[in-house]
Amino acid sequence: MFTIRAYAKVSSLEEAYELNQKKMNTIIGGGLWLRMGKKNIQTAIDLSGLGLDEIKEEEDAFMIGAMATLRQLETHPGIDAYTGGAVKESLRHIVGVQMRNCATVGGSIYGRFGFSDPLCCLLGLDCEVELYRAGRIPLAEFAKMKKDNDILVQVILKKTDRKAVYLSQRNSATDFPVVSCVVSKGEKGNYAVIGARPCLPVIVEDCEDLLERGEEGWNAFAQKVQQEVAFADNTRASGAYRRHVAGVLVKRGAKALWGGADECR
Amino acid sequence: MQITIKLNGKQVTADVAPDMNLLNFVRSQGCYSVKCGCETSNCGLCTLWMDGKPVLSCSILAARADGHEIVTMEGCQEEAAEFGAFLADQGAEQCGFCSPGFIMNVLALFREYEDPTEEEIKEYLAGNLCRCSGYEGQLRAIRAYMAYKKGGESK
Repeated sequence: MFTIRAYAKVSSLEEAYELNQKKMNTIIGGGLWLRMGKKNIQTAIDLSGLGLDEIKEEEDAFMIGAMATLRQLETHPGIDAYTGGAVKESLRHIVGVQMRNCATVGGSIYGRFGFSDPLCCLLGLDCEVELYRAGRIPLAEFAKMKKDNDILVQVILKKTDRKAVYLSQRNSATDFPVVSCVVSKGEKGNYAVIGARPCLPVIVEDCEDLLERGEEGWNAFAQKVQQEVAFADNTRASGAYRRHVAGVLVKRGAKALWGGADECR
Repeated sequence: MQITIKLNGKQVTADVAPDMNLLNFVRSQGCYSVKCGCETSNCGLCTLWMDGKPVLSCSILAARADGHEIVTMEGCQEEAAEFGAFLADQGAEQCGFCSPGFIMNVLALFREYEDPTEEEIKEYLAGNLCRCSGYEGQLRAIRAYMAYKKGGESK
């Protein structure tokens, strides 16, 4: 269990930012992952008084506050309709409703966890993050950045032509994924995201337009993913198993997007 | 630090350590139905309602609950006993350890879904672990409870 010496429910992002510059201080999102560790925290920074727990639908984007819970994201009717169920699919297998009522979008995305279903899923959609100091940057760029002392304010899910399907493989229901996968289709290019390798999700672009070429193309793209992505062993699965399953998931995702199959739902 | 929580309908003000979790706080206030079963945010035994939503009290800091409304099984005895009778009728419980968290989440399920499908029920309750059973008795109890609530068969 972690320890906390002081608790600051901040009244502004500036106050949170200043507190967050000290190495011993930590922002508490849902606190789910932190509580599993043994971190000694001087001041816990609580953003829950800043109204960041809302998901707002605007004309061209969904603005997802960092303190919105995974359950809010999962049950948002606008996001569910816009993403064709992909976001919901990425969340509904995570532990249980009670856990998803605690865990926050900000905590999940800021943490840049390899196992993160929502991080993998959102990388398959047109997303940006808004940081308090650095401003807006693409999620794919943020995912690769080293953790710093900035504050994740919101995730912006842009409404574009992009369609994505999310698939994951788990050893047992509600467990962490052993491989997660998004296949994503859009005017700016088709690509796959492979997560839980078990490291951070990576994007494999389909530069040769294989995915547009029917079943043979899907198989070729799945092979490309298997060759290009690095998979590793951990207690849940071997790298070889992950590589095999990732190929299957990519094919299923392609079939769902280009072949009219419904296997992603 | 001082927090004020509306716990089972009563305003409670108390001094707590910044790293005390909500589970230990409600137990310090006599709500012993709330228990810790796994220490890894997985088993659902510590489920209570925060502002009407089921949450894991083992994973929420008491400080985070400051100013919020908390309900434990002690605060919904009648409803819990009503559903509990259906669990007992089906012989669903063996050791009974998981029941408080399970019942709190079942009641939360019915607040969110008026007439849940089998799949919705299973998905909503997936975070409540029972290590004695295979959940069949619990599911029978839920179906019987739903039928009773719809005014169908009596229990």
